[in-house]
Amino acid sequence: MTALDAPPALRRRRSPRVALTRIGIGALGILAIAAIWELYKAFGPADGVVIGDSRILPRTSDLAMPHIVDMVSRLFEPVTRADGSPPLWLEVSGAAAVTLGIAAVGWVVGLIVGVALALVMVRSRLAESSLLPWIVLSQTVPLIAFAPVVRSWGSKIEIGAFEWQDWMSVAVIASYLAFFPVAIGALRGLQSPDAIHTELMRSYAAGWWATLVKLRFPASVPYLLPALRLAAANAVVGAIVAEVSTGLRGGIGRMIVQYAGQASGDPAKSWGPIFGAIVLGLVAAGSVALIGGTLGNYRRAEVNS
Amino acid sequence: MTHSTRRAIAVGAGLLASALVLSACSSPASNEEGAGGGGEEELTPVSLQLQWLPQGQFAGYYAALDQGFFEDEGLDVEIIPSGGDIVPQDALVAGDVDYAIAWVPKALGSIEAGANITDIAQIFQRSGTLQVAWADSGIDSVADFEGKKIGSWGFGNEWEIFAAMAAEGLDSTTVQIITQDFNMNAFLEGDIDAAQAMTYNEYAQLLEATDPDTGELYQPEDFNVISYEEAGGAMLQDAIWADTERLESDEEYQETTVKFLKAVIKGWVYAAGDPESAADITIAEGSGWGLSHELWMVNETNKLIWPSDNGIGIIDEAAWDATVEGALSATNETGAKLITEEPPASAWTNEWIQKALDELEGEDLDLTGADFTPIDVTLTEGGA
Repeated sequence: MTALDAPPALRRRRSPRVALTRIGIGALGILAIAAIWELYKAFGPADGVVIGDSRILPRTSDLAMPHIVDMVSRLFEPVTRADGSPPLWLEVSGAAAVTLGIAAVGWVVGLIVGVALALVMVRSRLAESSLLPWIVLSQTVPLIAFAPVVRSWGSKIEIGAFEWQDWMSVAVIASYLAFFPVAIGALRGLQSPDAIHTELMRSYAAGWWATLVKLRFPASVPYLLPALRLAAANAVVGAIVAEVSTGLRGGIGRMIVQYAGQASGDPAKSWGPIFGAIVLGLVAAGSVALIGGTLGNYRRAEVNS
Repeated sequence: MTHSTRRAIAVGAGLLASALVLSACSSPASNEEGAGGGGEEELTPVSLQLQWLPQGQFAGYYAALDQGFFEDEGLDVEIIPSGGDIVPQDALVAGDVDYAIAWVPKALGSIEAGANITDIAQIFQRSGTLQVAWADSGIDSVADFEGKKIGSWGFGNEWEIFAAMAAEGLDSTTVQIITQDFNMNAFLEGDIDAAQAMTYNEYAQLLEATDPDTGELYQPEDFNVISYEEAGGAMLQDAIWADTERLESDEEYQETTVKFLKAVIKGWVYAAGDPESAADITIAEGSGWGLSHELWMVNETNKLIWPSDNGIGIIDEAAWDATVEGALSATNETGAKLITEEPPASAWTNEWIQKALDELEGEDLDLTGADFTPIDVTLTEGGA
């Protein structure tokens, strides 16, 4: 993932050896986390580290921190002892794919809505000053209050042969979190050209649309790409939380809750879907980085939004 | 210029393609929804909101779906699980669903807050709530709760604790209520002195966990188990709730209600007679539990339902009154009350369940569970 983050122009100049080193460093990072986990489990205080009333580091028991070996090997054991029960990793991957699909829909909707809002705000100062506060305010609505309402409204929608599906509610909630960074990033990006550039366009008698396509869109790319990455992460988080909230079946969110209920008897099992969620986030961010690769020419300077 | 246009098209096409591919991935989630609605026409669509994910606790409803009992009554039933944020009685009041499963005390709270709903069938005749402490903890009864760290899931599941404490004349503000997670780890690790556990789920979780001292599974002797059914404070639990207004004026809804209840009764009779098959059905519905845990859950749920001396689902007025009394007397750890006045008479009725039972009379069904005998379930590690 990190290798893909770099602009292609830079990546091309690197030798394969450098790429290998980067992969090696990435693998080392994972090993280091595993080592810290096991070292803490072996030598950390059995009761964890408690400051005041809150435990800031967990207990080292097998219940709270299963061995890495146990967690990984659990992935390759069947989910239950029932006949034909698939291995845990397969079940987790299936659920992760469902959630990824929903998050992707949410991301695309968020992208469209976010860019549309940014365009409206760039077009008119009045729209910007009236819309922007609402966009910021929208993110303060707690998800757990919002999710049942979306589902409730969704269940009433039925247009001809189209019937609202439960997963669409989850996608809507994912897009609700995803559109925000896109709207803000795109707005900043579209407004980023210097006055000297917009004046040059005006001197060419270029209209608003021509300026938008030739100047503002290319200029917005460095702002938009980090925003898209943020949006991807938000969409994944939103989809997982919304799945739990609305009780949608099939996704990783519900699997996390379901297996958490089994953590007393089978502590390693509950980590399966958590690993799945991590991989899911990496895949989502990686996919966005791939899109960034195609826009390499415009990424003269990356800006953190 | 052509270069950048082509690039733009390529990016756009890429986005569109990935969106299509990924949305295709997500369609299996939606396909499951239509289960149970066969090709037959003229079925009345009915939706039922559960309080939690599909599991043995709801075996009767899923059995009725799986065995076609709903369809036999001309109903196309959709069972909607909840992940926690969807409150069944709220969904019912909002008109999202036709019926909802909810515990009576929680629904009483909603009724006092203005919800117009009616208990039309008391499926669980007794409470399955336990409070579990370690055998050597010195907590043998509710009287020992004062000053202790008492576990509960919250969200209205805690009222039996306070009703029991009120019945003992104890000061509920002395207890520290610790919100429990989805599992029993907080209790096993010692953060909770006495943890809330349902006979059909969390108690089994304890017996499926390994004792790190012995390397063996925990045994019932390791725990002090306080049952609210025996200790007092028990409140009625899983009941079917309907919309009061529609029940009074909407004749179609009245007919559907009787049909729905008939199918539900058949479903629970089925679960009583064949718990293994009922457990398989809920696992197929995505319960996620292992076989032994699921079977335990169906079996323990059966024990809460059967025997039902007056017929399954009949609301026992004495038990109802005890629940209301408990709800009125209970004060939680912050001094708040669940309800302050008696619920209206419309809060429950035996009219529809009685009709359903009468219509089923003569069929070869054990409607009171006179012949019901629970099975023995051996739990395995992790409930696998």
